[in-house]
Amino acid sequence: MSETYRVEMTGITKSFGGVHALNNVSFKVRAGQIHALVGENGAGKSTLVKILSGAYQKDKGQIKIDGRVVNVSSPHMGRKLGIGMIYQEFALVPDLTVAENIYLEHLGSKKGLINFSKLYRNAGELIKSIGFDINPRSVVGELSVAYQQVVEITKALSENARILIVDEPTAVLAPREAERLFEVLSKLKEQDVSIIYISHRLDEIFKIADMVTVFKDGSVTGVVAPADVTTDDIISMMIGRKLTAMFPERQSRIGEEIFRAEDLNSGKKVRNVSFSVRAGEVLGIAGLAGSGRTETARAIFGADPRDTGKIILDDSVLELDSPRDAVKSGIAFVPEDRKEQGVILSMSLRENVTMPSLWKISGRTGLIKKTREKKLTRYLIKKLAIKAGGTETRVADLSGGNQQKVVLAKWLGADCRLIILDEPTRGVDVGAKVEIYNLINELAENGLGIVVISSEMTEVIGICDRVLVMREGKVQGILEKEQLSEENIMRLAIGEK
Amino acid sequence: MKNKRGKTAFKYIKLTNKVINSLLKYNTIFIFISLVIVSSLASNVFFTERNIFNLLRQVTGIGIISMGMLLVILTGGIDLSVGSVLALASVLSAHFLLSMSLPAAIVLTILIGVLLGCVSGYLVSIRRMAPFVVTLALMTIARGFAFIASKGSPILLKESGAALKSFGSNYWLKIPQPVILMFVVFIIIFLILKYTVFGRLLVAIGSNETSVRLSGIQVWIYKFLAYSISGAFAAIAGIISTARTGVGSAVVGVGFELDAIAAVVIGGASLSGGRGTAVNTLLGVFILGMIGNIMNLKNVPAYPQQVIKGLIIIFAVLLQGIQRRLDKE
Repeated sequence: MSETYRVEMTGITKSFGGVHALNNVSFKVRAGQIHALVGENGAGKSTLVKILSGAYQKDKGQIKIDGRVVNVSSPHMGRKLGIGMIYQEFALVPDLTVAENIYLEHLGSKKGLINFSKLYRNAGELIKSIGFDINPRSVVGELSVAYQQVVEITKALSENARILIVDEPTAVLAPREAERLFEVLSKLKEQDVSIIYISHRLDEIFKIADMVTVFKDGSVTGVVAPADVTTDDIISMMIGRKLTAMFPERQSRIGEEIFRAEDLNSGKKVRNVSFSVRAGEVLGIAGLAGSGRTETARAIFGADPRDTGKIILDDSVLELDSPRDAVKSGIAFVPEDRKEQGVILSMSLRENVTMPSLWKISGRTGLIKKTREKKLTRYLIKKLAIKAGGTETRVADLSGGNQQKVVLAKWLGADCRLIILDEPTRGVDVGAKVEIYNLINELAENGLGIVVISSEMTEVIGICDRVLVMREGKVQGILEKEQLSEENIMRLAIGEK
Repeated sequence: MKNKRGKTAFKYIKLTNKVINSLLKYNTIFIFISLVIVSSLASNVFFTERNIFNLLRQVTGIGIISMGMLLVILTGGIDLSVGSVLALASVLSAHFLLSMSLPAAIVLTILIGVLLGCVSGYLVSIRRMAPFVVTLALMTIARGFAFIASKGSPILLKESGAALKSFGSNYWLKIPQPVILMFVVFIIIFLILKYTVFGRLLVAIGSNETSVRLSGIQVWIYKFLAYSISGAFAAIAGIISTARTGVGSAVVGVGFELDAIAAVVIGGASLSGGRGTAVNTLLGVFILGMIGNIMNLKNVPAYPQQVIKGLIIIFAVLLQGIQRRLDKE
């Protein structure tokens, strides 16, 4: 007789707009086990757990819980089935008390009245049952992040969760707090709760997980018990086969250093970052999500305040306090979230691409010279092969790849020496990707310095001359062209020696 | 045969769809024209020269402050202080005229309006306070100053104010001079929004401030200027009020900020910024004015007037909502 699993997902397929996020994935979790999910960013871990919790709907496949076929049609349904999900960003109400948060969805009696003494007592008992002592009357916003996480877990338990999904829980925790979390998880394990644990930190997985499922490009590349394998085995499963060559050949002619950042500090996510870029060089910044890559770029560009650090462009130290200063000095930034930060969707292509150079086009009078503006726009459309009806097409009506080209076009119209691109090909189809790579090469050949931040390791390796790897806000290492491999990057990114 | 009829019916449906769509798209003009038609049918006094000029003269104040309000609303903000700034300017212009020449009094009054606008602009754009709260406070402050400056009683224009008074009541090419001033203000704003970098960036900031900032543009300057201009226009409207009535009064302009916002919104602007035009705002002003005018002509008492006015605002915004949804599909 075959064993009954707590969760049994078979043949799960899910695609977003023609791209397979998950391809025929099977995944099983036993009762009372901690099962870890690992893989690169975008490998499919989050999509899988979102399907399990009801946040996404699968295209194909079957989900069984305790041997019974279920249809998790919504997160509400998921909770009813005993699936609790703890997100990285907590879903707690900061102004309410611990007890109110735990019982948020069933606070009162049928009459709509709340019995507070009972509420506090129940919450207190539940928290104690997982080995913590938090006052149920304290306001959630005043608790430490670790305690908030405990409240979140307790909340899931109050809804009788038998399957708990935790997504990168330790990313926001200090080491000692992480220890406490592991205690909670083992306690839950003893109470026969199954835990699905997503993490980038392999050391944690070896410490607490009973089983590991490894993802790569939407497929499962291995299901192993940590006791039977080494870190190297898991890393090689995460990297898997090589992708086809889609990166254009390029002869890089690297010149003198044009840009240097020295001892940059900004907030909690940028710590003592120093690096340099040479003329004609494409420098990659790799690292896991949340490692401080975007924050570093924003600090250089003046979008976030800098605590310390020097920025040197063409041998002169720049005083950058705002994006305007950066642009004036010749630094451009293509943000990762193009719809929210890169373009103005409701405005035309022309109005978007001329935004940074509008004053230059208009001269001192402040009157827009429309013919010049249109001429520039047409030139940029042709140069970047933007597929659009014309200069007046609304940017909202363009495809993702073409929107990204619009953001790039903005900076081609303005003179700049250094361009920082944050995830330039995210959500862009393959054809447009290659065009963007070509464009990056062309810019580099013209002697500009280019910085590309990317979560796709193949991309970083394919287009960069050197790659800087960040981890927890620090520069973990800089790899030269000949040292570039997914394995070397991943090792640095997760802090393996 | 049957098929053919089906085709004609289909064509017919398509045509009506087109008509409905364009009605929705140009709903401000549509409401404006229907109101003109309804009003002229309802009263034969409506389309007389005298009544039209009356109407225009009545909306002059709202018309001018609406243009400043439009700039502020385009950035995603709001300016509740305009009615009170109008009153302060009314009092101050009359007060200054007791001891100063006309040009000096006008310039000084407008500068004070600009100054108050700058205070709002500074608090909103640099201190990053909520526009609603900032201008609500400024509204109280400006009204308070108006009462202080007038010592609680209206200031009558004397001999020295004769020139201002005559501006308020004289005509140029048969058109009341204050009305001409309103159209001048309108044309300025129209040109600013259509042809200048400043106008383009105001709209852009209201649409997506982050994108504009990351394009290397100093956003605060533009927001700051929008509030300053709004203050200046409110002051101009206040001077006109004094010119028309011959009295500087601290109790004029109560609720004008709401009428101006209503006019901008009826004109299809979005309160979250990024959408709105000068032409439509002017139409919004006329629509509001006409509603009051025709009901006065038909002797509708004042209280029901307010109710009807509110209902028409809801209707206008409802139409825009439908249009926007269709636009998305």
